[in-house]
Amino acid sequence: MKHLLSAADLTHEDALRILDTAGQMAATQAREIKKLPTLRGRTVVNLFFEDSTRTRISFETAAKRLSADVINFSAKGSSVSKGESLKDTALTLQAMGADAVVIRHQASGAPHTLAASGWTHGAVVNAGDGTHQHPTQALLDAYTLRRHLVGERGSVDASGRDLHGLHVAVVGDVLHSRVARSNVQLLHTLGARVTLVAPPTLVPVGVEAWPCDVSYRLDDVIVDGKPDAIMMLRVQRERMSSTGGGFFPSPLEYSRGYGLDARRMASLPEHAIVLHPGPMNRGLEISADAADSDRAVIVEQVANGVAVRMAVLYLLLAGEQPTTNRSAE
Amino acid sequence: MSTALPSDDASGKPAPDAAPEPTVVLGEAEIARALTRIAHEVLERNKGGQDLVLLGIPTRGVPLAARLAARIAEVEPGVDAARLVGSLDVTMYRDDLRQHPTRSIGTTQLPADVDGKVVVLVDDVLFSGRTIRAALDAISDLGRPRAVQLAALVDRGHRELPIRADFVGKNLPTSQTERVRVLVSELDGRDAVLIEGARA
Repeated sequence: MKHLLSAADLTHEDALRILDTAGQMAATQAREIKKLPTLRGRTVVNLFFEDSTRTRISFETAAKRLSADVINFSAKGSSVSKGESLKDTALTLQAMGADAVVIRHQASGAPHTLAASGWTHGAVVNAGDGTHQHPTQALLDAYTLRRHLVGERGSVDASGRDLHGLHVAVVGDVLHSRVARSNVQLLHTLGARVTLVAPPTLVPVGVEAWPCDVSYRLDDVIVDGKPDAIMMLRVQRERMSSTGGGFFPSPLEYSRGYGLDARRMASLPEHAIVLHPGPMNRGLEISADAADSDRAVIVEQVANGVAVRMAVLYLLLAGEQPTTNRSAE
Repeated sequence: MSTALPSDDASGKPAPDAAPEPTVVLGEAEIARALTRIAHEVLERNKGGQDLVLLGIPTRGVPLAARLAARIAEVEPGVDAARLVGSLDVTMYRDDLRQHPTRSIGTTQLPADVDGKVVVLVDDVLFSGRTIRAALDAISDLGRPRAVQLAALVDRGHRELPIRADFVGKNLPTSQTERVRVLVSELDGRDAVLIEGARA
């Protein structure tokens, strides 16, 4: 593994390796001294063309916990706003000796361009590109699912196990969601069954080729599908207006049809957990009752995000750097 | 899933081409005797089993530490083997991470807080001393033990750092090119210490 660009690139073995490593990383984060010397002297650049405080601080925390130096580069107020191209930005970072570039970009495929171009020798980690992929989010979701639903619940080590037999419902704006795309691929790789639930206007064209089921009715999925976990996607209010695409008539109508509220929580199976990639719109896709229920693991997802990103940075950066030879893994 | 770390604290040198038949230096009985002796030495040195924590270094230090703990619990009244033993993974503290393909990370599990305790590190082979250096760093991030001691089943020499073992099963003079492997029944199906790669 040289880069992490897409959840689809991960084999079953790669994915398990990341999750198992994340488990060990998470164990170190329960200690008083959370910092490890592992990536001392390495430089990780967070290259954020799109605002994302949560993802950026998660990567920044992960890199710092492993003792890497972190440089935050955000497009606002930088050379990019003066018209610098991705290529020139990348060459600059290369000249500064970046060992890894964590990139968030509004254009789908930008991380791939960066990785394939040879502008930088560092590892490229996709932290979200357009409506394409957000692999570390899918990995942290899978890690959270495994921790809660595989093996005996709770702290018991599920190391080495995948998500075989689990049913996960992903609900909301699938059309614009890179989180949904990454999750469908990764959860499928790990053996889980995924059902996408969205209003017909928010289901992408070509979804029948994805390894998942699609439904337009959340209540049917909850009652008939008995999902082990339900993942609510963020819905942007601006999607409602005609300038935003007019994907749904009103926030209230969206909440009625696709929001997770107390009534739907009650009809979920007893053991089911609730995930949300954040930031939440309370009252739109998720009600306050649901968000604050003890079955919601949303805050834990944030902590797991740091562990998973530590694992990714460790696996990409700690070993021998393939200068000419490619790692067999 | 087993972590595929080499049993030896590998020097990083490639193994000699062909595999000449390995020499068995210690058999099952000798290993058992050595561990029993080390268990008694640990108790003697520390005047009993109070405040002891045995930490095995993965992979093969872990079962060895468990056996030492069982022997200590046998002779020492009021000592519970399970409360005595844990594991300490040192992968993230190694100084040779960049010289190898990415290593899998093992488990660190402490039976108790190490603050004020006497920690006995247990490893299968003591070689360059670099693993132990990493272990000392790892421990200092976990707490502040009163003392740290080192038990190794085999000391094969060739130290690269000023580190020595407090308890040694067997001193085994070797050449740099040889490879010492410790097999433990928990992981390998039998107990033995082998030397591979003769000096031809």
